[in-house]
Amino acid sequence: MTSDSFILPFGTISLDDRPRVGGKGGSLGELTSALIPVPPGFVVTTDAFSAFLDALDKEHGIRNQIAKLDPEDVATLNQTTSDIRTLVQQAPTPKEIASVIAEAYSKLGDNIPVAVRSSATSEDSEEASFAGLQDTYLWQKGEAQLMEALKLCWASLYNAESVAYRLKLDIPEYQLAMAVVIQTMVNSRCSGVMFTRSPTTGDKSVIAIEGSWGLGSSIVSGEVTPDKFVINKITSEITSRDVASKDIEHVPDEKGGIMEMPVDETRKKTQCVSDDELKELSSIARRIEKLYGMPQDIEWAIDQEGKVMVLQSRPETVWAAKEKAPVAKPTAKAFDHIFNVLGGQK
Amino acid sequence: MSESKNPFPLPSEIESVPGAENWGDMYAYYTRVQPEDDDRFWFYNSMHFSEPMSAFDMITAEAAYYAMGAYVTRVFAFPTAMGIDYRCINGRIYITANTVQDPEEIEKRLAIFQERAGHYYENWNDIYGQWEKRMGDLIKEMTAIKIPELPNIEDEAVVKEARGIAQNHYVRQAYNEVIEKYQIMWQHHFEMLMLGYGAYVVFFQFCKQAFPEITDQTVARMVAGIDVLMFRPDDELKKLAKLAVELGIDDAFTDDGNPDVILAAVEAKGDAGKQWMDALAESRDPWFNISIGDGFYHFERSWNDDLSVPLSALPHYIGLIKKGENLERPTEELKAERERIISEYRELLGTDEEKAAFDQMLAVSHLVFPYVEDHKFYCEHWLTTCFFNKIREFGQLLARHDMLDDAEDIFHLHHTEVDLTLGNLMNAWAAGSKPVNQDYWKPIVKERRRMIEVLKEWQAPPAIGPMPENIEDPALQMLWGITTETLHTWAAPDIEDDSQLKGYAASPGIVEGTAKVLRSINDFGEISEGDILVAPVTHPSWSPLFSKISAAVSDIGGTMSHMAIVAREYGMPAVVGTGQATKRIQNGQKLRVDGDRGVVTILE
Repeated sequence: MTSDSFILPFGTISLDDRPRVGGKGGSLGELTSALIPVPPGFVVTTDAFSAFLDALDKEHGIRNQIAKLDPEDVATLNQTTSDIRTLVQQAPTPKEIASVIAEAYSKLGDNIPVAVRSSATSEDSEEASFAGLQDTYLWQKGEAQLMEALKLCWASLYNAESVAYRLKLDIPEYQLAMAVVIQTMVNSRCSGVMFTRSPTTGDKSVIAIEGSWGLGSSIVSGEVTPDKFVINKITSEITSRDVASKDIEHVPDEKGGIMEMPVDETRKKTQCVSDDELKELSSIARRIEKLYGMPQDIEWAIDQEGKVMVLQSRPETVWAAKEKAPVAKPTAKAFDHIFNVLGGQK
Repeated sequence: MSESKNPFPLPSEIESVPGAENWGDMYAYYTRVQPEDDDRFWFYNSMHFSEPMSAFDMITAEAAYYAMGAYVTRVFAFPTAMGIDYRCINGRIYITANTVQDPEEIEKRLAIFQERAGHYYENWNDIYGQWEKRMGDLIKEMTAIKIPELPNIEDEAVVKEARGIAQNHYVRQAYNEVIEKYQIMWQHHFEMLMLGYGAYVVFFQFCKQAFPEITDQTVARMVAGIDVLMFRPDDELKKLAKLAVELGIDDAFTDDGNPDVILAAVEAKGDAGKQWMDALAESRDPWFNISIGDGFYHFERSWNDDLSVPLSALPHYIGLIKKGENLERPTEELKAERERIISEYRELLGTDEEKAAFDQMLAVSHLVFPYVEDHKFYCEHWLTTCFFNKIREFGQLLARHDMLDDAEDIFHLHHTEVDLTLGNLMNAWAAGSKPVNQDYWKPIVKERRRMIEVLKEWQAPPAIGPMPENIEDPALQMLWGITTETLHTWAAPDIEDDSQLKGYAASPGIVEGTAKVLRSINDFGEISEGDILVAPVTHPSWSPLFSKISAAVSDIGGTMSHMAIVAREYGMPAVVGTGQATKRIQNGQKLRVDGDRGVVTILE
């Protein structure tokens, strides 16, 4: 393990690197390589986490402590995991890791605000064992805040539920790994999510876009009813438009982090993303979908200058899991379809 | 759903419009509401019959429904559906479809349907070829029918050729022939139409299942033809405008559209004028045989009957051509775009099986659609405008003999009443006396004209009787032209406030502008560049208007309506089927037309 494997800039990552950079990191790298507009950043790889943990384990025997736990003994489990999380958060980061992170961070800009997000590695873990652990720390400014958020991500692996889950499924602790994505924040005028198939009907011919003022965290957390649009992929028509009253927005806090602000009366009811921007978003969504060959769930933002950007993209999972029977099968003669439909037989 | 929750009135609960209590006298006894009609669900067929029926025009409903029902119920034996029952209430046509419920009966009918409909689908283009010939002949025969003059003394030839039949006989014979040929037209009209709709409904349903959010318009775009006859009259007009510019005689075309003035000015242009007049003559036959309406009412004349309609559209086209605009429809691009849409939808289908089924259904739709789109020109436009003109000639005959004040009055007599009246005339001519009770119809016609005006103001409920839970049978959707969704919209109009009207989102986009309410295409001249057109409904002869307006709103129409199709070609927002736009919107009001959501907002 060498220090240059501790971080990987987005531009050098492909999907094959997922074991080291996690799903989110792999996806952002892939998007960057495909020239999709993604805010720049890098991934703190699983190597960095392993190096950090190895050093800590030597001294405190963390892995052993967990192996000895009984998942049914909730009180002990809670106490032990809480102690370990404190330990992870307070332990100094080994110099060889801290220095490469600091260097990569400074390349992004001068004290530039970043988002710090956990990026899980094992494929089946994304939805199950890591549920609730998709930690995201927004608007972290300066090296100190960044390192603190990084360790909060790492510490989240020792969340009581997660540990209990690993114990129950006999997942060995030494397999545990986590990558963390560090990505430049976009001071977005508006932001939101989009799906390359309808979340309500599963229709693959439409793109559903939701957007609200300010940072996307207000939508993700459900604190605001976003504007909703449906765009036909094929004709590019906006087939549904529902402009909601967006009462609050999230904006970056000077001190780091985000804060909630009220939105003035006229802006509340103003469509937060223009029709042209909707078309640009849907064209980006289609490119991403083609890149992955499957429907996507995408977070997007538009900055103060009107530049459209993708913050992350992951495969749509809800409808993908529902396999539908074919709507119709070919018939001997084409017009037999008419007899099937008008024949009154269900 | 419990009866108390039924959002629609029962047929028996509807009262006569005050001031028109005797409306029922205009129509046949069997068109009235019966007590047992309260058990059935009916809806107002505003799509075809948007105005109160004058006594004579009721023949359109009669002839159309008995032809349609014959083909559905008896000729092809559609498995689950039979024909349409109709009733007249306050001069409006309400309809309901009869269904087959018994599974055994459905099974039996299916076997017959497969055999018979299969024969038509299998030989579609051959049969359509025969159909066109038959319809062409019928139009020729209708045109050739001579209405007798009833001379003071019979023509000598009757004697010299020993014909043995005097002119008065031909009065009734000609009338019977005119009526008969009109009714035959409706038989031909439905011979292939319901099978055509059937193919479309099947493809439509497939698309809705495979792509739940696909709009009706997008399905229509995959099926609709590009070279359809409906566009032809407007294309001819554009050609004439271009020719006028090329010949340098465009200053002859003034805004008022007065044919006497304009054509005299053209003729005064020497050779160039003659060349243009020849081109006009060529366009007129047959392309100006287009009704200014849908061909269901006597007052919807053709362009040939009233040249001021096409002529008033010319100055605007001439203006555009002089600005260097190309008015020709980009048919190749439209075709390529249709192919692209089809292939991209096809690609989104999950399996090869679905793709193969999609190909089959689309192929059948493409096979039948030229008939579905083009039959109207022959039936509702060409033959129907000719039919009403023949009836007008009988009106002139009766007016000449002072049995009517005006030839147009004939349209306020039921067709059986016309038959009786002609009998009176035939007898009088023979007897050498005046027709008996010669003034009989004059006060009645006056009263009926008055009642029709009163009935126009009635807000007909969109549906009556117990509301069905849903209309799932595609055959029923096909016959009625409405879906469960339509029902719910009617039952609980989704209106946010008084300043909004809801309709179908027919063509996307949002535009704000000034409303121009146009009840007839004859008022073409009142439209200014950029106005928002608000009309009861638009028809193919209104097409030239769309080059001037910025958005369109109609009272009546669905996503396959003329306004929807033309608005999409012009890329302007349209909201159709609002029910009451022409009543609630005033000329000059500022409107926002949201063609994405199907909402019209009155801004001031």
